[in-house]
Amino acid sequence: MASKLPRPVIPTLVAILLVGGWEWYVRSGRVSEVLFPAPSHVLRWFWDSLLSGELLSATWVTMRRLVIGFAIGAALGVPLGALCARVRWVRDTLGVLALGLQTLPSVCWVPLALLWFGIREEAVLFVVVMGTLWAVVLAVQESVLNVPPLYLRAAQTMGSKSWHLWSRVIFPAALPGVLSGMKQGWAFAWRSLMAAEIFVVIVTGFGLGSLLNAGRELLRMDQVMGVMAVVMLVGLLADLVFFAPFERWLRRSRGLER
Amino acid sequence: MGLRSEPTAASAALTLRHVTKRFDGASGQVTALEDITLEVREGEFLAIVGPSGCGKSTLLSLLAGLEHTNEGTINLGDQPVEAPGRDRLVMFQQDALFPWLNVLENVLFGLRLKPDLTEAERIESARYYLNLVGLGDKERARPHELSGGMRQRVALARSLAPNPRVLLMDEPFSALDALTREQLYGDLQGIFTKRKKTIVLVTHNIREAVCLGDRVVLFSPNPGKVQQVFDIGLPRPRRLNDPALASLAAEVTEALTSHPAK
Ligand SMILES: Nc1ncnc2c1ncn2[C@@H]1O[C@H](COP(=O)(O)OP(=O)(O)OP(=O)(O)O)[C@@H](O)[C@H]1O
Ligand SMILES: [Mg+2]
Repeated sequence: MASKLPRPVIPTLVAILLVGGWEWYVRSGRVSEVLFPAPSHVLRWFWDSLLSGELLSATWVTMRRLVIGFAIGAALGVPLGALCARVRWVRDTLGVLALGLQTLPSVCWVPLALLWFGIREEAVLFVVVMGTLWAVVLAVQESVLNVPPLYLRAAQTMGSKSWHLWSRVIFPAALPGVLSGMKQGWAFAWRSLMAAEIFVVIVTGFGLGSLLNAGRELLRMDQVMGVMAVVMLVGLLADLVFFAPFERWLRRSRGLER
Repeated sequence: MGLRSEPTAASAALTLRHVTKRFDGASGQVTALEDITLEVREGEFLAIVGPSGCGKSTLLSLLAGLEHTNEGTINLGDQPVEAPGRDRLVMFQQDALFPWLNVLENVLFGLRLKPDLTEAERIESARYYLNLVGLGDKERARPHELSGGMRQRVALARSLAPNPRVLLMDEPFSALDALTREQLYGDLQGIFTKRKKTIVLVTHNIREAVCLGDRVVLFSPNPGKVQQVFDIGLPRPRRLNDPALASLAAEVTEALTSHPAK
């Protein structure tokens, strides 16, 4: 019976019910609209800040930091991870260090970053890089170590070695693992960036985190909730637009699809 | 690479002297090969047969330079074998096709490592060998889209295409149906006589060994040793159902089963 309905029907109904209930509850005056704004208020804030350009500029500042920080972290992480996989003593030192630092939430870097770089763009970038780097290092190390030896042996007897072996065999074979490491790195970078932006007023740019914090200071809960929604959406979109298609293509082309 | 210049007919391509190979496995030390002394002559087709676990695959890995001996020496010509090289190509027991490349690119992998060819020549050669194994229409397929037998045929094409000086084959035909197999016996013999290769072929199939080999080396297990060497003087091309071949195969089988089981 229920299986006859198209799949999106039930989630849509549930969403309408939830949002409608929320709207009704706030309007009925049982809670303070200041502390708990109705969906329509959040939407109005969204629309106003979109028109004023505030939201887009904040999103732009945040995305720029995220992309640059992530790119630096990934660009450092891939060769370092490969080195960890390749050289025993690097794995025993840097690899272990990475393992430790990866468990450290990267907000913990904020105080140091501020001391080292001042209240500047570099400080935020540093925090984002620290969020990305260790996850990528570990993922690359793991996936390189897990490349089936048979591929290496086959390639070697065909005359492949050193750089050719790395670029044509080890890296393509490790790619699925590297990608999921990148995804994790991206998620960490996103979290650490938000934390940094909320924590510190960075004079060099007003990002989404700063916008959220400003909402708190102005007691504009519609703004706080609106920014939270945008942060969520951006995270989802990055996954949907960038990681998911790449991952799907990778799985399909190698017959890993279930 | 072209034809080789050293014409001395009886010179040895590969020489093994007192080769012993041990592994430290989970269940203690295993002596895979013990005191093997063997010569593979230049331009010879050597077939190795023996029961499972007698060290045949290990022997190929040693010849390829993928593993190192514990004792004894292996020479290629007058050079010791120390590392893998393009002159000794291995076709592995499990097809080692790369899942990130399609069939044609897999066959091209070894060809692209040969510097003295143009890309057009490489592609032509790859297609030639794919057609030879009957997979000309599958060049865009990914390995996972093929059956086990098809994958093995691609692996065969991939190992033949770069035309290596020495070809080491580990049960290359085990996953094929009888018909394809017999056709490939013919093709392999053709390539062998035309290109004057040195081939070492490992197999479980004694008829296959007798059909293809100039000599058949019978291994005995625990630890792997050379039990007996048979000279197969039959003229080529040989047919699998030739009665002379059948009686030689019976002789080898006799020797194999007469070995006291351990
Ligand atoms: N990497 C390894 N580590 C430990 N033991 C090994 C290793 N490789 C091979 N062996 C052992 O060496 C012996 C010979 O193995 P090998 O694979 O050479 O046998 P084979 O003759 O090729 O057998 P089959 O016909 O079943 O392929 C076996 O006892 C095996 O368990
Ligand atoms: Mg074997």
